[in-house]
Amino acid sequence: MHKLAERFSWKTYVLFTLALLAAMVLSICLGSVSIPLGDTLTALWNTLWGLEIPAGISRNIILNVRLPRVINVALAGAALSLCGAAMQGLLRNPLADGSTLGVSSGASLGAVIALALGITIPGASFGGTMLMAMGFAFLSLLLILSLAYALDRSLATSSIILIGVIFSMFASSLINLIISFSPENIKSVTFWTMGSLSGTNYSHAGILTLALLICGGVILRCARELNAFAIGEDNARHIGVNVRRVKLIILASVSILIGVSVSIAGTIGFVGLVMPHMARLLTGPNHQRLLPASMFSGAIFLLLADLASRTLLSPVELPIGVVTSLVGAAAFIVILYRTRKAR
Amino acid sequence: MLKAEHITVRYGEHTVVDDLSFSLQEGQWLMLVGPNGAGKSTLIEAIAQGVPYTGSMALCGRDIRRIRPAQLAQQLGVLSQRNTVGYAYTVAEVVSLGRYAYTTGIFSRQDKDGQAQVEQALALTGLTELRHASVLTLSGGELQRVFLAQVFAQNPRLLILDEPANHLDLVYQKHIFSLIAQWLRQPGRAVLSVVHDLSLAKRYGTHAVLMDQGRCAAQGDISTVLTPEALQQVYSLDVYAWMNEMLSQWKKP
Repeated sequence: MHKLAERFSWKTYVLFTLALLAAMVLSICLGSVSIPLGDTLTALWNTLWGLEIPAGISRNIILNVRLPRVINVALAGAALSLCGAAMQGLLRNPLADGSTLGVSSGASLGAVIALALGITIPGASFGGTMLMAMGFAFLSLLLILSLAYALDRSLATSSIILIGVIFSMFASSLINLIISFSPENIKSVTFWTMGSLSGTNYSHAGILTLALLICGGVILRCARELNAFAIGEDNARHIGVNVRRVKLIILASVSILIGVSVSIAGTIGFVGLVMPHMARLLTGPNHQRLLPASMFSGAIFLLLADLASRTLLSPVELPIGVVTSLVGAAAFIVILYRTRKAR
Repeated sequence: MLKAEHITVRYGEHTVVDDLSFSLQEGQWLMLVGPNGAGKSTLIEAIAQGVPYTGSMALCGRDIRRIRPAQLAQQLGVLSQRNTVGYAYTVAEVVSLGRYAYTTGIFSRQDKDGQAQVEQALALTGLTELRHASVLTLSGGELQRVFLAQVFAQNPRLLILDEPANHLDLVYQKHIFSLIAQWLRQPGRAVLSVVHDLSLAKRYGTHAVLMDQGRCAAQGDISTVLTPEALQQVYSLDVYAWMNEMLSQWKKP
């Protein structure tokens, strides 16, 4: 493990980028209709340089159906995995991820309420759902932190996790209650429990990119503080970290990223939990390397999961969360046993 | 250097530190001694701004509450009693974090002395060989030395140590206490430590605060505080007789 971490360098980032691009191209080529690799590359290359796409190439499928979906999948995977890595470091808990905080369920609750009540924004079909998801993600965070603060003025991580888990269960039961009362308004129950990225477009990708640039940038900037938190909150304070401020900044960034991802992709489990562990095997626990590696591995993993969900039982499309949970749970058990035995 | 006045720490209805005042000057090594539950570690946490307290504390004449965390960490290094690490960081990574306070500004992330300070701290604590080892593989004593190295790398003016001899065998106890004494010889420095071993307190301390149930039972020069009468009163034990009995076992046959 440490030998791998020592060898981690810029070359690893090059390999990650190549693997990501390969997974993206593969995801565009494969599906209910297979597209030859040459056609896909030509269409992408010509579009990139503003050239005419030769006749006979399925331009519509490549550029309007699969490419936006693939970009959204990669961005959502990167965002979820980054949030998981940040939460695992911040809360010093290897079982933490975006959903541990309850923000994920809070975002889903907001989106489901928007759909049930038909809240929309003129001109943006998904605007209402997205705003409600983000708003509820943030409100959930505020509620959880206020309750944790009332319980324990120092905002101890154990209180945050405890209240997050309780809130998460509470929000999930509210979601099920709303769905059972107005099933016709909610587009799909599985979307909010298992996630899906079908039908996502370039506007979604734009919003995810913006969220990832701003909130992801903030989290990446806090890599050293996350190292300090991962070693111990008291130790972080002793070496001069402004513990409360940094905690709030990271939690707010995570909740915005989770809110945006949930509103676009639904609730996708296990990516945020498992992929940082996979990345840690490669990079060691140092967040300066772990955070970018988690983003890459989360993106690649979700691309492959999405590909599997579209192709395994084609033309039936499995919810992406089913695939991530099946693969993730198995992988997680293997990692757990290997790392515990290595100790 | 440090002046604490009327410090009181309460957990709910329970008063852990009760109206305690003391001061610490440059060049002094103040030993906080007293039985378990006397409030020593809580007092240290209050100085490190880890628990809320009433009263006032000034570090080099400045209200400690008004000093920003990074600035405070440049002045005050804390080694706490419970140090565990959950992830497989290397020894060098943990020690390097001691330099955090010097690299927090947006434009001042360059820390010229940083690497040299880290290397020196590793060498002082005998960890140079272990620099690439995972902290999860270390013994309790080695881990204690890692966090001590982190505090040395932090290069503060005031060292606050909660049981620095924790988990250390006799050889390293002697080594670490001599190191701290040597560190203290530089001008402008002071040490405050919680020590259970009264022999160590007597051997290395210049001053002492004897605590009993959150209150100060005695304070001042070490020889005037650790008297048979004061210790007997606080520990409910004839400490001198006990210490002599222990020592008599080591007489050469």
